[in-house]
Amino acid sequence: MSTYITKRILYMIIILFAASFLIFCLYALTPGDFITGNIKLTPERKAELREIYGLNKPVIERYWTWMKNAFHGDFGYSLAQQKPVLTLFNQYIWNSFLLAIISTFLTWFIAVVVGVFVAYKQYSWIDTFVMLFLFAAMSIPSFFIGLFLIKILAVDWKWLPPGGMLTTGSNATGLAYVKEVIHHMTLPVIVMTLLGVGSLTRYFRSNMIDVIKQDYIRTARAKGLKERKVLFTHALRNALLPAITLVGFELPALFGGSLIIEKIFNWPGIGQLYMQSFTLRDYPLLMGFTMFIAILTVIGTLLSDILYRVADPRVRL
Amino acid sequence: MSNVLEIEHLSTHFHTEEGVVRAVDDVGLQVRQGEIVCIVGESGSGKSITAMSVMGLVEGPAGRVAGGRIAFDGIDLLKLGRNELRTIRGNEIAMIFQEPMTSLNPVLKIGEQLMEPLIEHRKMSKKAARKRAIELIGEVGISRAEQIADSYPHELSGGMLQRIMIAIAISCEPKLLIADEPTTALDVTIQAQILDMLRRFKEESGMSILLITHDLGVVAEMADYVVVMYAGKVVEEGEVVALFENPQHPYTKGLLKSKPIINQRQDELYSIPGQVPNPLELTPSCYFHDRCAYCMDICRTQQPVLKDAGNGQKVACWLNEEVTPV
Amino acid sequence: MSTIHAEEAGAAKAVPVRTAPHASMWRQSLRRLLKNKLAMLGFAVVAFMFAACFIGPLFSPYTDNKINMAVMNNAPSLKHWLGTDALGRDVLARVLLAGRISLTVGLASMVLSVFVGTLLGVIAGYYRGVVDQLVMRLADLLLTIPSLPLLFIFGALLSEWKVPTDYRMYIVMLMLSIVGWPGLARMVRGQMLSLREREYMQATVVLGLRDRRKLFNHLLPNLVPLIIVIATFNIGGAILSESVLSYFGLGVMAPTPTWGNMIDAANNMIDFQDHPWLWIPPGFSIFATVIAINIFGDGLRDVLDPKQKR
Repeated sequence: MSTYITKRILYMIIILFAASFLIFCLYALTPGDFITGNIKLTPERKAELREIYGLNKPVIERYWTWMKNAFHGDFGYSLAQQKPVLTLFNQYIWNSFLLAIISTFLTWFIAVVVGVFVAYKQYSWIDTFVMLFLFAAMSIPSFFIGLFLIKILAVDWKWLPPGGMLTTGSNATGLAYVKEVIHHMTLPVIVMTLLGVGSLTRYFRSNMIDVIKQDYIRTARAKGLKERKVLFTHALRNALLPAITLVGFELPALFGGSLIIEKIFNWPGIGQLYMQSFTLRDYPLLMGFTMFIAILTVIGTLLSDILYRVADPRVRL
Repeated sequence: MSNVLEIEHLSTHFHTEEGVVRAVDDVGLQVRQGEIVCIVGESGSGKSITAMSVMGLVEGPAGRVAGGRIAFDGIDLLKLGRNELRTIRGNEIAMIFQEPMTSLNPVLKIGEQLMEPLIEHRKMSKKAARKRAIELIGEVGISRAEQIADSYPHELSGGMLQRIMIAIAISCEPKLLIADEPTTALDVTIQAQILDMLRRFKEESGMSILLITHDLGVVAEMADYVVVMYAGKVVEEGEVVALFENPQHPYTKGLLKSKPIINQRQDELYSIPGQVPNPLELTPSCYFHDRCAYCMDICRTQQPVLKDAGNGQKVACWLNEEVTPV
Repeated sequence: MSTIHAEEAGAAKAVPVRTAPHASMWRQSLRRLLKNKLAMLGFAVVAFMFAACFIGPLFSPYTDNKINMAVMNNAPSLKHWLGTDALGRDVLARVLLAGRISLTVGLASMVLSVFVGTLLGVIAGYYRGVVDQLVMRLADLLLTIPSLPLLFIFGALLSEWKVPTDYRMYIVMLMLSIVGWPGLARMVRGQMLSLREREYMQATVVLGLRDRRKLFNHLLPNLVPLIIVIATFNIGGAILSESVLSYFGLGVMAPTPTWGNMIDAANNMIDFQDHPWLWIPPGFSIFATVIAINIFGDGLRDVLDPKQKR
């Protein structure tokens, strides 16, 4: 097992190197940057700034500098915000995490419960109905459902705030602060859960249906066990097992924020920060963000693999 | 001896996209106390479905028991509620299956799986159930019982797993054990051990066994009484010696003829020509007629019924009818 | 111990002839698909969307995109079923015209990514070795980089390079397929590897068939059902991705209308609150089309890919 993991980690590092180079080139080659785009600056000042930030050097040299700094834990300096990228990440990431962890938890909870239930009721009208709903959830454009719900629930009916994390100008503290945040996050959490629940529920349903057909479920029934026990002890454990691999894949979503949802709901998370920086062409931040997600993706994949090996007694090495 | 199991006019149908499959069609059989009854037939003859019908485990919604009576100890199982049937299943009627490798839950330890029926039916505490589970593992001839109880199914061989399945089945001392091809997936040497063990448990506890097999060697070794099934129907039944010595139905004759006999080398092994008919295309006829060497006109248009053929045998064949109806 | 020999004898005769059941397999699949009411409903909706978008505008008097100050921002009425926009253009006509672009982009980028993904997946899975390593490492690399930021960079590049808006549509197709092929290639390769191991492929090795024949006569026909199913779902995915890009102004841009960039109207506070007919209809068009495609795709999978059957 340990040689396997060493191999995987080595491969992971190589892939990340290649990814970092690709990401750097993509952003570096995009014409226009924060300085060029700023009309307030004189040509002399622009040249000066380019010199300071090393933007006039060849790409390879700039990449080298970037990587060297990255190894020292320095992911560059945001030109627009005049702060180190990592500081900014730390400032925004927890807002994203809050949104993501709650909606991920809700998504998984709903998916397991509904998935098991409809698998058991396969081919009934309620199964068809739930499946249609799940298809709908999978087919909605995320930005549109966000806008639509804001329009109906926030603008027209005024049930929930349309966006942000706190009411503008609010200086609530303590419990009042928590209440305000919950109030503001309700809508984005609903949308994120809705978007995630479709495919995950279908996944659990089909896993469960496969498991129910297995010989050992027949054995469990032949033993005279209660149906509840057959479903939850014998079937669900087996149906959940392959889902463990998905936990790792959730990693980028948990910490990487959601570009679209945070933008639509004006949520002060890392995705929103990216979208802002994008319009400003704040490349150090954009590169840092993209690289960050790439790292999370690679770690998540490795994690999934390890988790699966730990969880399934059959592949224990 | 009293009948532990009495099946009368049992019909189990499967509703498929192409039509209704009568997997079990008006089948009757009895199992007396302490007796081993074998159901013999090719795959698709309905022998396993008969067993599953007894257990109440026919897979819905496509499959369901369409009619008949399954009396166990005088109680009609088909009239019982789901919960009442469940308390009999695994308790008074137990079952073992063909594939030991897939019949045990891969993510649960052997011990846990053995403890379940004890806790469910015998209301044992976890501790008592574990103690009994370890004893049972020993009783089915596996050493290092403690260690085995804590291992997972994939760590054991097929023969060991089938022993565990038997241990699970006999854990609540059932009156009837249904064994569906219990040795088919195993090596020949292990087959004999498993069969010996089944017979030993039968003799010790006085339970009855309904043994389903396509292997005539197993039948000869185990059965007291034999029921031959073909395309969902019983075509012949009788005491094992009588049936082997004097088979009446052409299908039974064919089966026995295709069995190789030691010391009698034939140039070519006999095989029954043709194939099992498509269950969707059955018309009122003897279902065996297109493979039968003695096929008559009536065989193509009317179905023979099971009738006494003397010598304790019953057979469903027009050849056996004294007066040939027009 | 002996077994019933009739069983084996019967099985030997039942070995299918390879070419014969093929046509009937497709026909049987079609028959079962036609029986699936939900899938047929999905198909009907997709067909309706295509017909409405490609034929519908021919019957509309408002397709000339002419600016008409007299009917600016009118609410839906009998004359303009979905109202008019700030330039007095008929929204229904624009939704249908936008549908042409959105559906075309979805379809074309699916064809492109399925083609590239299948080709590379088959090559990797068939030849293995160095080729496989090369293709799959490239796929891994592309899968590591998050696709939305990647698409955004491409979109920004297009804007910086001042790509004419007429051409952007084609480049958007290309972009979507660059992001789309790696997942597909990985799946096809996996399927190839498992097909290779099957007994009938081993049989072709024994028979000494040539590579090309093996590939075209034995492997590809078994991949086709899987590819058809993936391709169907892919159209829906591509339509969704295009709409996101265009909504953020990085995909197809005005004046070429697409469902995504029409929803851009919602970025204007007044239009968002007071003129919902400008952005809700294109959103629902995307929704209706994608859900119909997904339902149809699911029906297809039930029929064509029995392993995945629910």
